[in-house]
Amino acid sequence: MAADVGRLAIRVSGLTRGYAGRAVLDGIGLEIAAGEFVALVGRSGSGKSTLLRALAGLDAGVTGSGELHVPTGGSGAAARVAMVFQDSRLLPWARVLDNVILGLVGADARDRGRAALAEVGLADRERAWPSELSGGEQQRVALARSLVREPELLLADEPFGALDALTRIRMHALLRELCQRHRPAVLLVTHDVDEAVLLADRVLVLERGRIVTDRRINLGQPRTHRDPEFLAHRESLLTALGVGEHGVGEHTERKVVS
Amino acid sequence: MTDLSIDRRHPPPSVVDQDVRLAARPGARRRLGLGRRVPGMLALGPVLLLLAWLLGSATGTLDPRTLSAPWTVVGTAGELIADGRLQSNLAASLYRAGTALLLGVGLGVLLALVAGLSRVGEALVDGPIQIKRAIPTVALIPLAILWFGIGEQMKIIVIVAAVFVPIYLNTYAGLRNIDGRYVELAESLGLSRAQFIRRVALPGALPGFFTGLRLGVTMSWLVLAVVEQVNATSGIGYLMSQARTYGQTDIIVVGLVVYGIFGLVGDYLVRTVERRSLAWRRTLGD
Repeated sequence: MAADVGRLAIRVSGLTRGYAGRAVLDGIGLEIAAGEFVALVGRSGSGKSTLLRALAGLDAGVTGSGELHVPTGGSGAAARVAMVFQDSRLLPWARVLDNVILGLVGADARDRGRAALAEVGLADRERAWPSELSGGEQQRVALARSLVREPELLLADEPFGALDALTRIRMHALLRELCQRHRPAVLLVTHDVDEAVLLADRVLVLERGRIVTDRRINLGQPRTHRDPEFLAHRESLLTALGVGEHGVGEHTERKVVS
Repeated sequence: MTDLSIDRRHPPPSVVDQDVRLAARPGARRRLGLGRRVPGMLALGPVLLLLAWLLGSATGTLDPRTLSAPWTVVGTAGELIADGRLQSNLAASLYRAGTALLLGVGLGVLLALVAGLSRVGEALVDGPIQIKRAIPTVALIPLAILWFGIGEQMKIIVIVAAVFVPIYLNTYAGLRNIDGRYVELAESLGLSRAQFIRRVALPGALPGFFTGLRLGVTMSWLVLAVVEQVNATSGIGYLMSQARTYGQTDIIVVGLVVYGIFGLVGDYLVRTVERRSLAWRRTLGD
């Protein structure tokens, strides 16, 4: 399966999913290249999470049809798709390092886990219990748990949604840095348009189960809110989401204040 | 016995000077918590009970024919130890209870895994156990005697039949209460069924298992006392039922005290293991 995908990390066509007879995804077609960072925005109920869960193979029992190609790795056992949830979803009874290497086999698993923890800046917390970490630290452990598997595709379901604003800014920088180093294809679901424009190469807008906007963000990194091009992308995406005027007004005010 | 402070169970990452900075602050405690831990505090209730007994016997309020005085009991215990009867009977009782507990825990956990992790297993296992649960174990003794005779085998089987039920029920409930989000995580990480059981299901069910184990330990002691009085030639229960024949209240009380002490010790051991194993939990009890 991986062979016919070629240099694409995801190829989806005609994907439909529904709950109780109601279509949530209505014929999604989507291609994501290897190493590409794509953000998926949409209002709640637009089908973002359903699409992500379909890609992650976590929607057993959901009705639907369509073609779906994601990396599976050679043996099938090695998952090449990693998922980051909104909650860090660390096992409370396993220490941080054991959480990172959960399910990994091989003599070098612990060393790889330590390296991944070092990358997210938590090398000294490997013996801690998850309950002893702050929310941001827990989410960094979850990132390490995903990266240690060297995924070809990283799926993230509002991974920073539960974090405070300051922690979120630092997590953005960390995620960008990690993705530049490991180059997985990323599909980041978020409700935060700023986050999407800040991080992604491409932003998709999902509405009523369809992709209504597919916008390439050709900006260098690091990006800043002060860049007029950034603002243009932001405004156009907000308009696509039906909140354009409000968003621009809010931002102008903020600009005046600063 | 309760000197395990929070700091020792959750050691800070490294360095010694952090230990100093993170030393327990006296007086700083949870407002809605349970109050301060005092070493030896758990002995308070039993000690008061003992004092009442002493006082009652010394003032003559307690007739020795009803309940022997503490000093008589101590003296009798000394004699029983001196001629070796207490040790040999205690060893027989501990052997029975220990063997049965081990088998009961194994059986209970195994059945809980079968019923807890598959629908077919649940359909096969849960019903019969619920039926078994409705029948008092003691009521099974006549049948057990007919099937297995009056030897050790029958006694151990009857105890196992009682012990495995609370272990099963609580471990099963623990398994079924594991957060579905962790199952989803295990699926997204591509865990095999064996890895899932080892890393997620078993540790997740551990709190329930320990609840069951504590009940099981008590249960093993309880049923032991019964089967040893029905027909036995050794054991604390045998010692007591003989004493009853000769009206020796003091020996009966020695037996009761031994049961009490070992019941407490058993429970304390389980709780210690539980606290160590569940160090990741932060509960009201901390």
